[in-house]
Amino acid sequence: MDLFAVAFYVFAILIIGSAAIMVFSRNIVHSAFALMFTLAGVAVFYALLYAGFVAVTQLLVYVGGILVLILFGVMLTTRGYFEKVRTRTVNLVPSTIFAAIIGLMLIAVYVTTEWTLMPLEDGEVTLTGLGELLLTDFMLPFQVAGVLLLLCIIGAVLMAARTRHPHPPAGKSSQEGPGGPSYGEGTGRS
Amino acid sequence: MQQFLESFLPAGPLVVFVFSIIPLMIILVYALFAIWLERKVAGHIQDRLGPMHTGGWHGWSQTIADLVKMIQKEDIVPAKADRFLFKMAPFIAFAASYAAFVAIPFSSGYIGSMIDVGIFYIVAITSLLSVSIIMAGWASNNKWSLLGAMRTAAQTVSYEVPTVVTILSVIIVTGTLNLMEVTEMQTGNAFLGFLPNWLIFHSPFMVIAFVLFFIASLAEAHRVPFDLPESESELVGGYQTEYSGMRWGLFMLTEYADMLLLSLVGATLFFGGWNSPFGSFMDGPVWGAFWMLLKGMILVFVMMWLRWTLPRLRVDQLMNVCWKYLIPLSFVNLVLIALWEMIF
Repeated sequence: MDLFAVAFYVFAILIIGSAAIMVFSRNIVHSAFALMFTLAGVAVFYALLYAGFVAVTQLLVYVGGILVLILFGVMLTTRGYFEKVRTRTVNLVPSTIFAAIIGLMLIAVYVTTEWTLMPLEDGEVTLTGLGELLLTDFMLPFQVAGVLLLLCIIGAVLMAARTRHPHPPAGKSSQEGPGGPSYGEGTGRS
Repeated sequence: MQQFLESFLPAGPLVVFVFSIIPLMIILVYALFAIWLERKVAGHIQDRLGPMHTGGWHGWSQTIADLVKMIQKEDIVPAKADRFLFKMAPFIAFAASYAAFVAIPFSSGYIGSMIDVGIFYIVAITSLLSVSIIMAGWASNNKWSLLGAMRTAAQTVSYEVPTVVTILSVIIVTGTLNLMEVTEMQTGNAFLGFLPNWLIFHSPFMVIAFVLFFIASLAEAHRVPFDLPESESELVGGYQTEYSGMRWGLFMLTEYADMLLLSLVGATLFFGGWNSPFGSFMDGPVWGAFWMLLKGMILVFVMMWLRWTLPRLRVDQLMNVCWKYLIPLSFVNLVLIALWEMIF
């Protein structure tokens, strides 16, 4: 086995193992950290396929961005910092059926497709080529993605600005005292 | 470099091993030296002497003694901590920091990997560092640790933006992400007759870009005035509070490795990397490594100098500096550099 094959199998085991931990772990923070290994392992697979740019983007966007956001969300939305958040199993029957159907479909596709092994081309995919393609043939998707991200930024700014608003909105009456939001008797929420 | 190693080492994997371990040796020796230097710089700035006794000449082996002490210490894991994550976090932190050195051209003869995406890879892989710090903070099961970790995450995510934008403005000039090619572009001398052909002399906006990059990299390396993740006076030790012995030592090593990494990136992007400041005088692979490390060390020294000169920012000031000053400035600078490139 050459180094590539060794790396492939090592990281395949890592990805599958950490994905299993992510799904089956009862502790949601453990799940989030297991997700990190899954995402980083996928990045290694991209690198093994000579897609360096995609690998690095995977790292930057998923591990550096989304994973940190998930961790933030998990840690900030729980009541106490250290109360261990437990996940529970819900909708066992529908999800099993759904997963089984998707699994069968994937297996069917895998079996029926004729896989052809492409020889590695010498003209490697360069960043310059990628950039030129993005600004010529794929200009419209590129721009649409940019507009979408801009909308997300504006939305985030609006949401963040609204919660900082000094005056409470007209619908809510004055709050009782300085004790922060009151978990009142009449709100109906537990 | 690889051929040179193959000439006297027998097996293939051994060559790869030695080839990949060279930066680690540099980091370890550098960390020993830099921690001592930091204490000396601190001492002299505060009109003290700093460590003077261990090893004879100006206490040069103080860090080695500290290291031996640290190895002997008991490896304490708090009872209520999350054992696995607690033990794993320092290793991931150092791995993330070390992995970034792959794309750094130490000299014209040594770069870990000539990957196409060089600097982009460095930016991406160092983001693992903030994940590992969150891991350490959460697993410690301690209020201060978690607060430190939260601050780190917020700080790193925010300051990544000006760092990336200033790097992008350099990339506009160079047209490549590979740091080896960036350095080769800066070879040669006689810009305006006497200045070396470095990117910082390329246009006035490059100086602004460097200042912005340096400030943002201070924050990325969690150095004063942006060392909120571990601000002793309010958070005890931040995310490192519960760590002791060699695990704490690994965090320390990571911090210093990170300083060196960002300094080397700064030296490569703005100060010609391994190029000699005297044109072809004192040039070549070995001198290249010397110049590269010297430039890196000078920037590291400036970081230490700032640490003992400036007070620490508050959390809200930290965010203000980033979002209200650094990011708008870096974007304006990006546009100006692009315009300069179009016109000249």
